[in-house]
Amino acid sequence: MRTIGLLFCGWLLSASCLAAIDPVLLKPLAAEDSDTRIAAIAALAEAAPEEALPILQALSEGSLAIAGERMVIVDGRRVLDAASNAEIKPAPGTIETIGINNRVRRELSAAMAALRLFSAERAVRWQAAQEVTASADAKMLPLLDRALASETDGEIRSRLQMAHAQASLGSTDAEVRLAAVRVLGESSDPRVKQLLLPLTEKRGDGWVEPDGAVRAAAGTSIRAIEQRLAWAENLGRAFTGLSLGSILLLAALGLAITYGVMGVINMAHGELLMVGAYSAWVMQSVFRAYFPEAIDWYLLAAVPVGFLAAALVGVLMERIVIRHLYGRPLETLLATWGISLFLMQVARTLFGAQNVEVANPAWLAGGIEVLPNLLLPWNRIIIVAFSIAVLSAMWAILNLSRLGMFVRAVTQNRPMAGCVGVPTGRIDTLAFGLGAGIAGLGGVALSQIANVGPDMGQGYIVDSFMVVVLGGVGQLAGAVWAALGLGVFTKFLEGWTGAVVAKIVVLVFIIIFIQKRPQGLFAVKGRFVES
Amino acid sequence: MRTPLIVRLGRSFDSRGWLLSGLVAAFALIAVPIMHLLLPPENPLHLSTWFITLIGKILCYAIVAVAMDLIWGYGGILSLGHGLFFALGGYAFGMYLMRQIGRDGSYQSDLPDFMVFLDWKEMPWFWAGSDSFLWVALLVLVVPALIAFVFGYFAFRSRIKGVYFSIITQALTYAAMLLFFRNETGFGGNNGFTDFKRILDHSITAAETRVVLFALSALALIGTLLLARYLVTSKYGRILTAIRDAESRVMFIGYNPLWFKLFAWTLSAMLCAIAGALYVPQVGIINPSEMSVANSIEIAIWVAVGGRGTLIGPVIGAFLVNLAKSWFTVSFPEYWLFFLGTLFVVATLYLPQGVVGLWSRLRSGVKQGGKKAIAAAKGAGA
Repeated sequence: MRTIGLLFCGWLLSASCLAAIDPVLLKPLAAEDSDTRIAAIAALAEAAPEEALPILQALSEGSLAIAGERMVIVDGRRVLDAASNAEIKPAPGTIETIGINNRVRRELSAAMAALRLFSAERAVRWQAAQEVTASADAKMLPLLDRALASETDGEIRSRLQMAHAQASLGSTDAEVRLAAVRVLGESSDPRVKQLLLPLTEKRGDGWVEPDGAVRAAAGTSIRAIEQRLAWAENLGRAFTGLSLGSILLLAALGLAITYGVMGVINMAHGELLMVGAYSAWVMQSVFRAYFPEAIDWYLLAAVPVGFLAAALVGVLMERIVIRHLYGRPLETLLATWGISLFLMQVARTLFGAQNVEVANPAWLAGGIEVLPNLLLPWNRIIIVAFSIAVLSAMWAILNLSRLGMFVRAVTQNRPMAGCVGVPTGRIDTLAFGLGAGIAGLGGVALSQIANVGPDMGQGYIVDSFMVVVLGGVGQLAGAVWAALGLGVFTKFLEGWTGAVVAKIVVLVFIIIFIQKRPQGLFAVKGRFVES
Repeated sequence: MRTPLIVRLGRSFDSRGWLLSGLVAAFALIAVPIMHLLLPPENPLHLSTWFITLIGKILCYAIVAVAMDLIWGYGGILSLGHGLFFALGGYAFGMYLMRQIGRDGSYQSDLPDFMVFLDWKEMPWFWAGSDSFLWVALLVLVVPALIAFVFGYFAFRSRIKGVYFSIITQALTYAAMLLFFRNETGFGGNNGFTDFKRILDHSITAAETRVVLFALSALALIGTLLLARYLVTSKYGRILTAIRDAESRVMFIGYNPLWFKLFAWTLSAMLCAIAGALYVPQVGIINPSEMSVANSIEIAIWVAVGGRGTLIGPVIGAFLVNLAKSWFTVSFPEYWLFFLGTLFVVATLYLPQGVVGLWSRLRSGVKQGGKKAIAAAKGAGA
């Protein structure tokens, strides 16, 4: 084992220990004719897989040159003999670099990818396996056979098998093609489907694929792939629906508290989201100005700041206005609408009427590729995780803390709670502050996926009310199910009808639903006396 | 013997009401035409086109405010979707105005410009008959009434009330706005209807047409007030108010609140639609933003500022808020939302009965204050 390791090290560190290549193999690389050169690349790769890589690398980088009769590699100031890899001293006088055209470059990169299949590093092999899959043809079969024989990593093996099958499609032997088509049927890559499709088509009078059995197998494989693709697509939709649902949930959770506990319709709720989003922008500016090296982490700082800023606004709202309007829900609705206009104009005055730009930190960029046609972006995953965290925190506060117990008591029966000594006025303020703070958290999350501007809150107000109304008042579980359900339902509908119609359909659906179940999905059980 | 309807209608206004209505009608029918058409622009008494358009617009808003007051102030139902009925009336009449453009549009086609632009070859079915004034006048009344009736029937039957009702009316108008924003819906999408040329073959920009429209708006407002007054003083109005104050009790007495509410709701929607139809030719444009949530809530603030549960209150509120709006948006555009926002808060916190309530409180306050002063003087003298 150790010897093998040493050998590999040696191979990696110095190419000079490699055996010399027959110069005859190198010569055609410099030929005028592209076909000859392509043939030479293939021959070289086959004859000496390990030694060929640096030479092909040099060719693709434009540092392979011809000096008299010898092929040389120009490496900075040194000139190496391509065949033996030894430095030539003194350097030859006339060196003529070999240029390549696009066709040769394509073949060359395929050949190089094939050679890298034998690299000692797994990452290099994995990369190479993906590259060959993209351009596998019958000429690569021997190479792929050898690579398969030596490959031990399962993931790379299955990738190589796919490439092998792809390459075998060009085989003249119907049996080989049949086996290949069957293997390809296990893929879930849309590109493989494109590859198989011609096999089932007619060209002129005859079929593209002469053998009937292969044709039938190709049809089966295509259907299998299509099924898997459709599955992945639905999975993707379910995921975007889930992420939309968690955004709705973040927007609606705060509302569920303020409406559920106090019966207060807070029309300024959207503006509390806006406060949270602007907090993210302010923190980004602060970090840019004072801690530019930690700019990627501004978002973490924005979470508490957004919570506190929105909670503060909420507490002020409650103390100054809403406190005086308890028991008059319609008036509260109008007063909070006034507050929302006021807050919008404050944002416009402070930050300008234009949208501000909130950048995603680097760690939110990109995503996980679950399937070839399904990429889950990080910012959506984080938002789903974030909303789960916020939901759990809220559940814990409501169910485990003393404050939560008071809040629940006030929700269930305000006069009785007051009688047994719960300070209902203070609980109202705190609960409203909590609801507002959660809206602020939602705003921080929104700043990562939506425009941040003075009008942003308006877009969410109808949606979040729909969630609360649909879920039923005073129920966390109701809000969760309603938000997720609406999110997924909207996304699936969007794929079918387009975004605007989907939205209209959802609104109409809710309007009809409320007629059937005025208490929402999850009505609080019990007997109520209507006013 | 029952008193004839016309007599009962006539008795709805007291003498002061009739005097005021007469003054408004005289102003709209006699003073405005003279001051706008006959007086030269240099004359200080001349009314500008701008003024006539502004007041005409506010007259339409006042009709909406009275309609809103009918269901909110008297029925206790806060609708956040009245902008929808207003806009529907406007759109229905706008269809007629679009057809009146004829071939004078930018594309010289029989189809309205936006349809040519969308490459449509013929009109959608619901445009059929839109070149007839009478048919469109019918549409203005029937379509919003039908929508209001169906929506209201199901909502009131399920006994959806209070904020729940407000929220779903909001959802309704929001959904309609999204629908009308689509080009495919067939109402001009984003831009709506504009560039009107004629109404009943008269130029829509002519001073005479404007004066006529203004007079019609004023008469419509008086008619709305008369009808509303008649309703709220009738037996029906008393039951409606009773439903507002204690719905369950009214039910236990044996009334079904559904039909009482539904009548007020549908009538209110129709009044809004008439206002919308009068509004569009005066303003010259109708687009989906009229259905926005914000617009509908603003209607509620006109009523709240003026005074709910009084009929003159909403008219005063509509005038006060909209005059303030046109002054602010020209002089201090950045402060308008501050003002409006504060108005919402102040009106709900400190003016539960609106300006009208404030006025009567002040008057009784003066009386009481006077008594107190007398008492204080007596006390000092003793």
